[in-house]
Amino acid sequence: MPRTHSTEFSRHHVLTWIELGLLAAALILPLFLSDFWVLFSTRVLILGIMALSFDLVWGYAGILSFGQALFFGMAGYCTALLATKVEITSVFVLLPVAALVGLVVAFLVAAIVIMGKRPTSFAFVALGTLTGSYVVERLARGWSYVGGQNGIPSLPRLTAAGYEISEGPVFYYMTLALLVLVYVGLRLLVRSQFGLVLAGIRQQERRIAFFGYRTQNYKGIVFSLAGLIAGLSGGLYAFHEGFVGPGQLGPVLSTQVVLYALFGGVGTLVGPILGTGLVELLSFHLSQFWDTGWPVILGLMLLVIVMFQPTGLIGFFVSDRERVGSFGRPSQQGRPTPHSKEPERVVP
Amino acid sequence: MNLLEARAVSKTFGTLTALSNADLLVKQGEFHGLIGPNGSGKSTLLKCIAGAEVPTQGTILLGGRDITAVTVPERARAGLSLKFQITAVLAQLSVYDNVLLALQAREPMPSLMLSRSRGALHERIMYLLSRFRLESRRDELAGVLSHGEQQWLEISMALAQQPKVLLLDEPTAGMSPHERRATGELLMPIKESCSLLIVEHDLDFIKDICDSLTVLDQGQVVESGPTAQVQNSKRVREAYLNHA
Repeated sequence: MPRTHSTEFSRHHVLTWIELGLLAAALILPLFLSDFWVLFSTRVLILGIMALSFDLVWGYAGILSFGQALFFGMAGYCTALLATKVEITSVFVLLPVAALVGLVVAFLVAAIVIMGKRPTSFAFVALGTLTGSYVVERLARGWSYVGGQNGIPSLPRLTAAGYEISEGPVFYYMTLALLVLVYVGLRLLVRSQFGLVLAGIRQQERRIAFFGYRTQNYKGIVFSLAGLIAGLSGGLYAFHEGFVGPGQLGPVLSTQVVLYALFGGVGTLVGPILGTGLVELLSFHLSQFWDTGWPVILGLMLLVIVMFQPTGLIGFFVSDRERVGSFGRPSQQGRPTPHSKEPERVVP
Repeated sequence: MNLLEARAVSKTFGTLTALSNADLLVKQGEFHGLIGPNGSGKSTLLKCIAGAEVPTQGTILLGGRDITAVTVPERARAGLSLKFQITAVLAQLSVYDNVLLALQAREPMPSLMLSRSRGALHERIMYLLSRFRLESRRDELAGVLSHGEQQWLEISMALAQQPKVLLLDEPTAGMSPHERRATGELLMPIKESCSLLIVEHDLDFIKDICDSLTVLDQGQVVESGPTAQVQNSKRVREAYLNHA
């Protein structure tokens, strides 16, 4: 039986329930997990923040970026250098610096590949970001000041008012708090009138320009904001793992983030986080089961999902209508609306 | 007063000349029709005016200002609004959000981020929807509307920006006779607020609503003037008969 609009609306709050359920699970998880799994979960949360940055650019603004690792890795390297060369370990300095580095690098990339006088093509942006990521990884591998192939190991722990933030529950909850902060901020943004413009750009950028929107500016801002988020996760990752390496800058990690998002479901925010957790869990368990061939199995599973369920796993539970959203406007159902004469001009 | 003017506009695509020294004049408050056989260059001229195509030669003036090299968003902000030939509503957004998107285009970005104007714009959105008989379908996705309703939604989106000149590319294409009549009725009241440049194949429709016509054939202007005068022009009849 075809799905009707009334059934679409009856499923309208599934996304919220999934979000609340995952948050509740994330809050109590460390109480039941061993140290290893707390570390594992923290890594998932950090990579989840990075997946959010990809979802913002691709899932909401339709910009295919294969360069999120560039902002992630650059932020990691800069904060690692501050920690090792200048001996700054304060979380209140290093994480804002990481976010700022991500923002600045993303803005520079956007200025080249997105914010020209005329809109650039989908492929140009994808290849431009991929190339940027690849080039910077190669540079890092050959530059001894940043440790070459070995990167920068043995990073000191982050500190907050003299207290060392060790890996474990404290780092986990700090990361979870930052993830929730980023998530709520993005949710408000994508359901705002600004988010409506992004939805328009994703669907028909050319049409939107004919309304008077300078679409390149919108895309540049969203891309830079995504860079800020990727930078924040890059800073967290470097100090959680205790090192930064060239692999954190390159196309492999960038592509991995694309897969997290596709697996979970782009354009939902929660989907890419779910995807990150599931892909990382699958990778871990498959590698225990078949240490050499597990990437093949994982790759096939991802291929099946991408081919037969383009809306990702979240698409099984959430309707298309809910994914797009109504941009938070108050319901006007049943309310009489004055329209007998043209209202005062409201657009400047 | 001359509002929109195209002076000696030419457009070539490789070796094909789509437009050759075409002139066009739209006065304030005027409904102006652009007609001609298939391939005569009507849509190309409209696209050159809207900014979708860059003329090879010539000048386009809006309110006396040269906008030939101005980008599409700046033209929209200067007062040009285009309804595409192929319906280009945002199918995955609700009817309401389609109009909101058109209406909020000149709001500053920070205001959009904070959703400051959403409440203030509601009344005007509902006015536009009711005017184009879409009020009861405001919460439905634009993609599920009938073809005629999508055309009306597009016109309401184009009007939402309160343009100086509304450019309509074949607004009744694919409509039933009833929908065509209704479209004419819906367009007439906008005469008070803006000028209209309309490309259309349906001559009965266009002669009913337009004050003046420009006829193109093989990229050149054959005739231009008041509707009654152009209708009786021998050159225009010849141009149409040659393509019949």
